[in-house]
Amino acid sequence: MTDETRSTEDRTTPIRVLIAKPGLDGHDRGAKVLARGLRDEGFEVIYTGLRQTPEMIADAAEQEDVDVVGLSILSGAHMTLLPRVVQLCRERGMDDVLIAAGGIIPDADVTKLKEAGIAEVFGPGTSIGQIATYFRDHARRRA
Amino acid sequence: MADLGELLRGAAAGERLALARLLTAIENDAPGLHETLPAIFAAGHQAHVVGITGPPGSGKSTLVDALTDEWRRRGRRVGIVAVDPSSPYTGGAIMGDRIRMMDHAADGDVFMRSMASRGELGGVAAATWMASAALDAAGYDPILIETVGAGQSEIEIARLAETTVVVEVPEMGDEVQAIKAGLLEVADLLVVNKGDRPGADLAARHLRAMLSTAGGRILRKPPPIMLTTATSGKGVAALVDAIDEHRSAARSPLQATARAQNQLRRALADLALRRASHDGDWEDVVQSVAKRDVDPISAAERLLGPEKTG
Repeated sequence: MTDETRSTEDRTTPIRVLIAKPGLDGHDRGAKVLARGLRDEGFEVIYTGLRQTPEMIADAAEQEDVDVVGLSILSGAHMTLLPRVVQLCRERGMDDVLIAAGGIIPDADVTKLKEAGIAEVFGPGTSIGQIATYFRDHARRRA
Repeated sequence: MADLGELLRGAAAGERLALARLLTAIENDAPGLHETLPAIFAAGHQAHVVGITGPPGSGKSTLVDALTDEWRRRGRRVGIVAVDPSSPYTGGAIMGDRIRMMDHAADGDVFMRSMASRGELGGVAAATWMASAALDAAGYDPILIETVGAGQSEIEIARLAETTVVVEVPEMGDEVQAIKAGLLEVADLLVVNKGDRPGADLAARHLRAMLSTAGGRILRKPPPIMLTTATSGKGVAALVDAIDEHRSAARSPLQATARAQNQLRRALADLALRRASHDGDWEDVVQSVAKRDVDPISAAERLLGPEKTG
């Protein structure tokens, strides 16, 4: 066994995160940097690529049974798309899935998004470490 | 977490979240899983399990997407397990196989699950095999298992499948690459993808010439070699035909026996490792081997207990 970093007692399972880009953004550098950063923090990251509808995101979250959905959005359509993702996920019984957002989102909208069920909004300048810590602290615990 | 029997009933009744959570339980080797396994296997409909493997960048995900398109046109419900490697250092993984599959994301008759390999202790081969059983119980057929053909465990995953498709690309190198043992030998069907690239026909010819039967020493006949262009769909319908046709060959007594041996071997190895690594002596024994007080083979015997005789 070449794996020196994990002992056999360490049976905790990695947190599964879906990183998705809803809407018509044309670039996903931020989402990819986050995906790689979270991988290095020990998360299992499922990345779906650009231009996803809320239905596609909810469907992917359901099939992958993720603990966290991270939505990256830069287009300004967050007030339409993000609450819709939350609504679809809850409708499908994903009550305990943490849904967070990042990107260019004005402060004035953050409160409304939180009311709509977005757990946290990460703006520019947030470090990967902060996001990882937040996910670890708030993702559901598995049996 | 809900009761596993309940999740199985939900999955069999078409509840996608129940199936997803059953797959999580399999992945995490959740308590009670092994008691539920017979029920999971019994609930199956004998779906065709197809392994798809090949080097990184050979277009496996795109091909799986194209195959899914074709099977959906033929009215089949497609289940997919895509395995990606976990980092041995952090345990993290990035799984990007869905990027090519998002056209099917909202299709209720396609179910795709990404799985990280989580190192050897987790027994990824066993987990993918159980996952395909769960998809079978939920009524998906065929079930595609997509892996990166980078190492021995991926080859093993392929060997657990009934039909193994190995995907290569025209730029795979000179003909010496084609005569190397390993991945190519486990192929039931060999695909040269990216068939629109220059040299694709030549690569297919090289493979055809090199995959001999070793002068009759290998009993199985050489696999058919097919040319596809997954991005345009060219050759994909013929590949689906070939995979579907292989199903009956894969279920011949000879092949079924060979596969059963592989599956049992794998299950035994996993079971022995699981028992030994949960054994209280594990750390002590590891340390004795590290200090060279004992050799690894005798140490393994110590962990497993004395050999039964007679």
